[in-house]
Parts: sequence; structure tokens; C-alpha cells
Amino acid sequence: MATEPVALNSKAVSGETAAKSNTTPASKRTINDFSIQVATVNGSGSQSANAVLLKSIFAMGIPVSGKNLFPSNIAGLPTWYTIRACKHGYVARKKETEVLVALNPETAKDDILGLLPGAVAVYEESFNLKQYRDDVNCYPVPFDKLTAAVCPEAKLRKLVRNMVFVGVLAQLLEMDMTAVESSLRRQFSKKVKAADLNWAAVKAGYDYAKENFTQASPYVLEPMNLTKGKIIIDGNAAAGMGSVFAGVTVVMWYPITPSTSLVESTIDYLKHLRVEDDGKASFAVVQAEDELAAIGGVLGAGWAGARSMTATSGPGISLMAEFSGLGYYAELPGVVFDVQRSGPSTGLPTRTQQCDLLSVAFLSHGDTKHPILLPGSVKECFDFAIAAFDLAEQLQTPIFVLSDLDLGMNNWMSEPFEYPTKPISRGKVLSADELKKLGGFARYKDVDGDGIGYRTLPGTDSPVAAYFTRGSGHNEKAQYSERPDDYSNNMERLAKKFETARTLLPRPEVVQTGKSKIGIIAFGTSDFAVIESRDQLKKEYGVETDYIRLRAWPFSREVQEFVASHERIYVVEQNRDAQMLSLLKLDLPAEEVVKLRSIRYFGGLPLDARLVTDELVTQEGI
Amino acid sequence: MATATATPPAPKTNRIGLQVLDYRGGKTTLCAGCGHNAISERIIDALYEMGIQPERLMKLSGIGCSSKSPAYFLSRAHSFNSVHGRMPSVATGAVLANHTMQALGVSGDGDTASIGMGQFVHLMRRNLPMIYIVEDNGVYGLTKGQFSATADIGSKLKTGVINDLPPVDLCQLAIELGATFVGRSFSGDKKQLLTMLKAALAHKGTVLLDVISPCVTFNDHEGSTKSYKFMQEHDEVIGEVGFVPSFEDISVDYDEGSTYDVELHDGSHLRLRKLNDSYNPTDRESALNSLMEAHKKGEVLTGVFYVNTKQPTFVELLNLVDEPLGQLPESRIRPSKAAFDDLMTKLM
Repeated sequence: MATEPVALNSKAVSGETAAKSNTTPASKRTINDFSIQVATVNGSGSQSANAVLLKSIFAMGIPVSGKNLFPSNIAGLPTWYTIRACKHGYVARKKETEVLVALNPETAKDDILGLLPGAVAVYEESFNLKQYRDDVNCYPVPFDKLTAAVCPEAKLRKLVRNMVFVGVLAQLLEMDMTAVESSLRRQFSKKVKAADLNWAAVKAGYDYAKENFTQASPYVLEPMNLTKGKIIIDGNAAAGMGSVFAGVTVVMWYPITPSTSLVESTIDYLKHLRVEDDGKASFAVVQAEDELAAIGGVLGAGWAGARSMTATSGPGISLMAEFSGLGYYAELPGVVFDVQRSGPSTGLPTRTQQCDLLSVAFLSHGDTKHPILLPGSVKECFDFAIAAFDLAEQLQTPIFVLSDLDLGMNNWMSEPFEYPTKPISRGKVLSADELKKLGGFARYKDVDGDGIGYRTLPGTDSPVAAYFTRGSGHNEKAQYSERPDDYSNNMERLAKKFETARTLLPRPEVVQTGKSKIGIIAFGTSDFAVIESRDQLKKEYGVETDYIRLRAWPFSREVQEFVASHERIYVVEQNRDAQMLSLLKLDLPAEEVVKLRSIRYFGGLPLDARLVTDELVTQEGI
Repeated sequence: MATATATPPAPKTNRIGLQVLDYRGGKTTLCAGCGHNAISERIIDALYEMGIQPERLMKLSGIGCSSKSPAYFLSRAHSFNSVHGRMPSVATGAVLANHTMQALGVSGDGDTASIGMGQFVHLMRRNLPMIYIVEDNGVYGLTKGQFSATADIGSKLKTGVINDLPPVDLCQLAIELGATFVGRSFSGDKKQLLTMLKAALAHKGTVLLDVISPCVTFNDHEGSTKSYKFMQEHDEVIGEVGFVPSFEDISVDYDEGSTYDVELHDGSHLRLRKLNDSYNPTDRESALNSLMEAHKKGEVLTGVFYVNTKQPTFVELLNLVDEPLGQLPESRIRPSKAAFDDLMTKLM
């Protein structure tokens, strides 16, 4: 494994330096609109401190987002946590950092060199970072000394040390200490001793800053009321919760970053909500030997009537290819969550991308295609999980839900989710009584004209219930057949079923002013950057844009209508090969395809708005 | 044949009133004389004699000649012919979705011992309640006769190619990994195979039956160790297997001195009439030793090698509700609005 430290801010700032002053005039103060970056060593226990800081800002009513930019490593490599507080509600990643907490000696120099002039740098005093920048507000802190004073037990110091920076920032950024304390106590919930110890560390940091720093920070946080009634959750937990409220009964999975926490959350919710009064479980979770077994179990369970799921990422998707073809052709329900990470192969396993679109859309051999859901928020992770289980049974096929590391593993603010109002839909399943009336059935016959046949479940008490499920050629009655007409008819029906899927999947979200010739197409986490970029384009360049956020594939008719009603279309996505643009090309008539332009980012960090804005402006020739 | 004038006798039925016809399947498309067809016949007999309701069985298979055979028995049972070597995972999902049914997996030696080895070993470890039959002919039939991983070292293909790698003994592996009922038989040994299948149906846990099943087209010639001739000459029976189902009088034919008796989960008795005095099918080490000894001597040991009725099944380990998971009503699988509201409040 490469151990070369990676600098997040590779571009050094310009030589121009701001004149240093000891006081920051009120007019120069930036309130509730900046980013904090905490640079630590992986495995040094900064997670709790980062979470407390994020949730304290949230508790102050300020819109906030947090992103963990971490290496593929257990301990020792550099890791950064960025928190963006933004009174305008933007939650995309922002390249620039205004407030740095430098705790990693390996990256400290690069970290401070990457700051904007006038930024704030809190750092371990022995790093002596002031020598590199005289245009940055420097706040050296003796972390070890402060920690030792509040934590006599040496082995706990590593865990508590990071809380000191929360106290220092609380003082510098003028945070509401009541909000900090309540967030901290919630973080440690019932562990009162741990909470007390950590709170002492926060206070030590606060007091040190108060006593020693004469220069006020130009960046401050002031209470607002924009987060009241909102929740904070990560996308994987949201999807896990959705699966449990969808009524999942069989989970078969294999651990892989960044999807692991999706299943772990599912297990937590299942244990909490689905153990019956007699202690028995209404669910089965199996950690499989590999992803081949995981998808095999999902399809076997779906065949036998369970609501089944697995979660994986790109390499796991590759291993599921053969079985996915069987699922498509033998028409078996199942839900697969793909929390995307940078590929190919191991790629950058802890970095985000939207790069599995094409491989999932046509996963497997032969003529195969799978419906894909594309959640763009934690709320949609929840909602689409529920929808996916219904769709899998309605369409009798595997349904893929594609989120990504950024959405799945980071904390996001959200409106509270809504309890499902529609009853669970089990699709077309014939009971023993229905079979008695019918006298028999043909598993793969298109009775209703929607391409979807009727199925029966093993165990149905009727001598005519059984049918033979196979991946080999079959006729309407599920009998083995190599006849060309049987094969073609069946494949045509499957294509018709895919057309039915178009009408059942989540529709795109369209923002159309009617005034603009420029349309933007995006999906998933690119949405956060596109929202901000559209405002930048309007404010800075006077460019109005329309926007359609795709939420599923195959596309519904709104997509073609949107493209048809604009002159130029920018497809924003996080992969190298313009995969969404390729899917659009396959679907659109030739005269619309020529309108498509591409804006891509695939460096592995979450997309930032400035990149979208700059790229669009360049291509527009503005 | 009955004459036209005689009153036809009432068709013979089993204890649930079904005829053997109710257990039949489609017409086989395997080669005439294929050992697999004989195994299908024994499966039909065993299910009929045990009075299993056909709709309460699910048949699962991978890919290969053997995996086609579920189409040739029990048309009234749901069947799933999956992908090469991956029947164990499909079976795991299916059994968890409905653990109230009897699951029967049919696989081959290529399907199990090569491409599906990973899934095979993990199925054995889990002690998933199902019967797993390997129709073992040491050769890939559908691709026209390549060696499989169970082919014996030194055995010869029709083309003269000699196998220079040692075989995988699936029974040995299954015993080591945690299967709780392990035996080997020969497709041509009607009595032994039928008895073993009936005992397997009474067992709760993973049953692995490795059934040597000669391939008449590609592996039934001089030089093959999985031919009819070789098996007839080298089949070393460890004991005559007897089985008394729980619905029969268990005191029949009980001879304390020379038998070893195992009570199965449903109260049935598996009885080993010892040819080899030291054989105890509940002793894992001696089971493994016997298998290794037989290999040394160039014999094919058959019989029930190992039975463990104490090990909890995977379904018991997971502590599943009594009803099939796949058929639970919404009220039992969608938590309440109150529970949901509580979660939301905690996230604020």
C-alpha cells in the first residue's frame, strides 16, 4: 500500500498575502458561511469529536454538512473531515477551507499551505506552522499538555485529545456552549463518565483559547433557526431503515466499503424492531462467503417469497454478474444496493464516484437490463429502499439502488422521513384458491399485456402450483425449450416488461423556468453541487438554467421532453466515461443526442459547485 | 398385465393416499443407462414411501447433467435450476424464506467439487436443513468428458488421457466442515440408496449423499474408477444400512448385538448393521479414518459414515419465527408508525 501522504489541497495559494491585523473589524467577519477542515491521522479517534462539532452547529440551527475524506487504511494514513456551515443551505463540498484544525504532523505543512489568505489555523503548537504562512490567523495549542491535565489515565488520552479542538473552535467561532454540551452528551448517551471526561477536554480547549488568543477569528457561527425539525442521518442508515420498513425478511451480504454500514444499520434496526415477543426473529441475516453467494441467496429467497436484499459496491457488482442475468431471465425479485466507490478494480475504495451506472444497467451476459433507482438524498435512500422492494416483486426482477460513498457514509440534514402510507405490494402471486378456480397457470404468459406473468410460491397447496425455474430457454409454461419462436417471444416479453418499468419507477424532478435554452441533467450526489452551481451561474454570470434530476433508469418520457425543449444540455456526472450521457444517447432520438454535452469529475472527492460552474461557463464560451 | 375381464385392483397408495404416479416427473433427456436416472427413481421411491406431500418439497440444482435431473421427478414440486456451482446459496436463501419445507438439492461432481466448492463448504458449515445429493461420475458430461475434481488419480479417459491429480473426497470434506449426515452410495445399489434417502428425509440438518453414478457415455470404460464394473468390484460396504421410519413399529427386526442405532429428529431410527465391528457413525474421527483407509486400499467405501443429531440447524441458530419468512403478513414485517416516529425524534 502506498504510504505517500496525499495533500487534499494540491494547489498552493497565490503569493499575495493579506496584511495582518490584530483585530478583525465586524464588517470583515464571515458569519455562518465557511468550511472547517479537521486533519488527523486515521485511527486516532477523531470521529466522536467531528460528530460533536457537526451536531453542535446543527443544534445552533445552522445548515451544515460533514464529509469524511478518509484513506483505505485501518490506522496511520492521513484523513480529513470537512464541515461546511452555510446559511444559504448549500451542502455540497466546497474546495476552499477557511478554518483548519491541523493535528497530523505528516500533512500539516500542506494543510496550512492550502488555506486562503485570512483563514484560521488551529494546530498542535509543536508543528510550528506559523513559519509557512504569515497571512493566516494562527492559533497554536498544546494539545498533549491540556489533555494530560484533564485526563490522568494515560491510555484514555488518545480518545479524549481530539475533544480539545472542539473546545478551541467553540471559543474562536463563538459557538453556543449549551449546544455543544447537549450534542456531546447525546453523542455519549448513557456513558456518563465518558461524557464527563470529554466535556472536561472541551472546556480545557475553550479556556485555553479564551486565555491565550488575543486575536479574534474572522469566522464565526451565530445561532439561526434553519434546522428545527430536521434530522441528521447518513444515506446507508437511511437505506437500512427503509429496508426494514419495507419488510425485508432475508439479507445475504458480504462486507465491502462503502456499503458495509448499510447492512450493519439494517441489522441494528432489525434487532431493534423485528424481534417478536417470544424472542424469535422475523428476519434472517447471513454474512455470505462472497458476493456470488450473497446474490444467489437473495434470488433463492425472492423465488421462495421473501423480501430479500444485499448491499455491495463495484467489485461485488462484478461478481454478481452471472446471477443477475439469471434473475432477469428467470424473473426473480431481489433488491441490490450498490454504494458506489471509485473503480476500476480496487480503485480508490474509500473515495466516491458514480461509476457503476453502465455496468449495472446491463449487468450479465446476453440481452440483459435492470431497472436502477438513483436516490439523491438521504430521504430518497429511505423512500427508494421501500419502493425497491415493491418494484422487485411487481416487476419480478432484481432492482438495483445506486447511491455512492458520499451519500452513503456521510451525515446529511434532512426533513424527517415519512412513514409509508401505501401497503406492501407483493405483485402477481397466485394463491391455492385462485389456482383452483383457474385450473392451472402458465408462469411466463403475458396475461395482462404488461409483460409481467403470474407466479406461485413454493409450498402453495395445489397440485398445479409448481413450475420449473431455470436459466435455460423456456416457453410460457416454464418448460424447457430451444425453439427459436419460444425464445424470441420470451425475450420480447421481457423487453415489454422493461417498458412497463418506465411507468412504475420514480419520475425525475424537473425545474423548468421556460426562459432558458440551457438544461442541466444530473443525478445522485451531483445534485448538491448543481443546485449551488445554478445559483452561481445566475448570480455571477446572469445565466439562467433549467434542471432535471434523474431518479431512475429506464427513463420516463419527461426526460426526452426536457431535452427536446432546450438547445443545449449539460450532463453532470462523477465518472470518466460519461456513463449517464451514454444511457441518454441510447434512449434519445438522433436530433436530441447532438444537444448533449458533458461535465465530468472523477477525482474521488465529492463534486463541488465551482467545478460545474467553471466547466459550463467554458463550454458556453462566456 | 391385468386381463381385460379382471377387476383392476385399487391402485397402490402411500400413507397420505397418493400413488407413485403423483411423484413422477418429466421424461428424462439423459443417456439411456445413466446412473442419474436410477437416482431419480430412488428419490421418487423414497418420497413416496415416506409419504412426503409433493408440494412440500423444493428441488434445487446447479448446472450439469445431474442438475437437469430434478425435471425428471416430482413435477408437483417447485424446482429451481440455478447457475453452475451456486445451488448452495440459492438453497440457503430459499430455505430461509420457507424453512417449513423439505429442500432437496441435486448437484454433480463438477458443479460441487470445482466451480461450486466455495459455496459447498459454506453450506456444510452452516448445517442448513436440506438434502444435498452429488451425482458423482468423475467427469464433465455436458462438455463431453473432461475429468472432474473427484476423478481418481490414475483413472483414464476414453481418449487415453490419464488423471494425474488426487481426487477431492466430498464426504471427508463434509464431515470435517460440519455436515450432520454424510453417506456414500452407488446408483446401482437400489436397496442401500433408497434406505439412505429415507433416513436423510428424517434428518434435520445438512445431509450430504455422494452417489457414485457412472457416466455411460464418457466414463464407463476400462480404466475408469467410476464405471459400473469398477464399482461392482470395489464397493466396500461399511455396514448394511437399515431405516425404520417413525410411523413404523420400531421394535421390528432389532438385533442389539450387531447393530448401531441412531434416533433421528422425527423419532425414526437409522440402523447400521455392522459388517465392521468398530464402526460407530456418531464418531467423526473414526469416520474420517475409515474413509482415508479405504482410499489407501483403492476401495470405494459406501454407507452412512457420520450422523450427528445434536448439532443445531442454521434455522435454529437464527432463531426464526415458526412461519415461513416469505409469507409473513405486513403487520409482522413493517414496524409500527409509533416505532418510526420514535426513530425520527431520536435523529433530530
